[in-house]
Amino acid sequence: MELKEKLVASFMAFESEIVEQTLLHEDRNKAIETFEVQGFPNKKMEDWKFTPLKTLLKNDFSVFPKSQKNITLDEVKNYILSDVDTYKIIFVDGIYNSYLSETTHEGVDVCLMSAALSKPKYSSIIERYFNSVADREDSFTALNTAFTKEGAYICVPDNKIVEKPVQIIYFSTGINSTLMLQPRSLIVVGKNAEVQVIERHQSLTSEIVFTNAVTEVFTEEQGQIDFYKIQNDAENSSLIDSTYISQKKHSHAKVHTFSFGGKFIRNNLHFYHRDAAIESTMKGITLVEGKQLVDHHTLVHHAHPNSESHQDYKGIYAGQSKGVFNGKIVVEKEAQKTNAFQQNNNILMDDTVTINTKPQLEIFADDVKCSHGCTIGQLDESAMFYMQARGIPKKEARALLTYAFANNVLASVKIPSVKSRINRLIAKKLGVNLGFNL
Amino acid sequence: MLSIDNLHAHVEGKEILKGINLDVQPGEVHAIMGPNGSGKSTLSTVIAGHEDYEITKGLLSFEGKDISELNADERAHLGIFLSFQYPVEIPGVTVTNFIKTSINETRKGQGLDEMPANVMLKKIKETAKMLEIDSRFLSRSLNEGFSGGEKKRNEIFQMAMLEPKLAILDETDSGLDIDALRIVAHGVNTLKHDNNAVIVITHYQRLLDYIVPDFVHVLHEGQIVKSGSKELAHELEEKGYDWIKQGQ
Repeated sequence: MELKEKLVASFMAFESEIVEQTLLHEDRNKAIETFEVQGFPNKKMEDWKFTPLKTLLKNDFSVFPKSQKNITLDEVKNYILSDVDTYKIIFVDGIYNSYLSETTHEGVDVCLMSAALSKPKYSSIIERYFNSVADREDSFTALNTAFTKEGAYICVPDNKIVEKPVQIIYFSTGINSTLMLQPRSLIVVGKNAEVQVIERHQSLTSEIVFTNAVTEVFTEEQGQIDFYKIQNDAENSSLIDSTYISQKKHSHAKVHTFSFGGKFIRNNLHFYHRDAAIESTMKGITLVEGKQLVDHHTLVHHAHPNSESHQDYKGIYAGQSKGVFNGKIVVEKEAQKTNAFQQNNNILMDDTVTINTKPQLEIFADDVKCSHGCTIGQLDESAMFYMQARGIPKKEARALLTYAFANNVLASVKIPSVKSRINRLIAKKLGVNLGFNL
Repeated sequence: MLSIDNLHAHVEGKEILKGINLDVQPGEVHAIMGPNGSGKSTLSTVIAGHEDYEITKGLLSFEGKDISELNADERAHLGIFLSFQYPVEIPGVTVTNFIKTSINETRKGQGLDEMPANVMLKKIKETAKMLEIDSRFLSRSLNEGFSGGEKKRNEIFQMAMLEPKLAILDETDSGLDIDALRIVAHGVNTLKHDNNAVIVITHYQRLLDYIVPDFVHVLHEGQIVKSGSKELAHELEEKGYDWIKQGQ
């Protein structure tokens, strides 16, 4: 059976098992229909032209973890930030792990999607927000919606500043081979409220695992979210991560994506402006090698006046890795005085690397400032010699230049322990032992 | 200390150095002068170890050891320092962090432990003071947006921090006004002692009023065509390089 048919068949079994029936029944059924009609995307589609799914979808993925494995803190503590006090929502093979987690309902709800879907007190929030910004026509998103069951649920009431960052971590243990995980998360940031979120998908073995994640984020008036995605998964992990953000007046949503590990990563990051004077920031560092593929598809939809968006993606590619960047900016006729900036700079370490970068600007307003810049180049050879002549060996010189190249993105990371973690991951990835703190 | 014997070097298949002989002993200051295109910068780049420059013939040794096969960083670890004619801009790396990395990588290469942070900080402060460098300057990105003079002063700052055995100053005077020249020369002279050596590469005699050479060599078409005492520099200034060219 093809994967698509298998998934559609699995859906029946899935829905009959679900505890809550009423709330999402319609959404789920519509979504599986969409998926059934559309199927998986293919290379003929503009958005998937450079990102072949064929190899990934050849696997016989199963959406039901058959067995459960207990993991100890020792096995996973390296992946959990512990030098900063955080809330933690931790899943193992798609199932919530209460032992590793630290949730709360005091002043803010940091808990599980399954809890939010089954308890009546959350139903008004679910009804108001769930699946309201996600792209219903996107087949992977539809598939995720159909199988919505578990994920993170964060709801920050008006005027609440959440002091502790929230870590959301999805571990997979490899006990279920070719597992497909479909976490679905909802984050609502109330008026004048603030939250910081750190998200990570981490396989603990080299078993094949495929995650199709969807997160919906809503920032109400003057709400702020600072979202960090650490993508440093194991060698046989694949991820399609779709994040849809809906913003109200004076809100600021900031997303940093660090793509270092994993075999295949596709990030869909969409910002939709529902009012004026909004700020959206998306930044990323991609540092890959071997046969890794990383695809960033971003969309900023400017629909109201006086808003800003800032994009800055740096890519460092080695080996036979592939990079795709597609940055779409839409400025509607009403969105006068929009400032939209987009930057995508790439460094090729080897001539066997492939990069496709494409700015896509659709501007219908006449009083706007939009700029975009894409570069693809090599490390500066004269700088390499200069550094070597100052006693810095080639590998370290290359690392330092690479780091300097990506430094702009790191500068805006607000959580020190995230910053030092990323620094260490970069140093490790580059095979050097430099104490980066530029 | 540095011994160069009949050195020939190519870059991109073109022979630039055509049999250089030069011997530098500890405690000495040598000046290498010559018209544009005579091979002055090539010589310094070859000594520093740029991999695009190929030694085709002759010997290049430092403290009795053949260094022709060593990488630039390995030569730096031995104590060879090149002050660049055109220092490279490295956005995103501050002056302080660059010199820290440079010193600690050099120490690593020499089998030493990293320099303790407080010692490093003190040394940075003192060196900056000697070269009249503002502390704000130290937290700027390396050479990015620096004026010509700032770049050169920063080169001497790095030299002072690294304390090399052999410093090659490639046209350090170009782009310097008279005050900056005096400060830079003061730095070089302060650091000069009996166990280290300096090679000053310059076009003009001006710098040699401040950094007084023991020997002056004139380079022309890839060969040293004349050597002498510091008076040779004055003679060149008076008569111009045509005098050398005609003498050929």
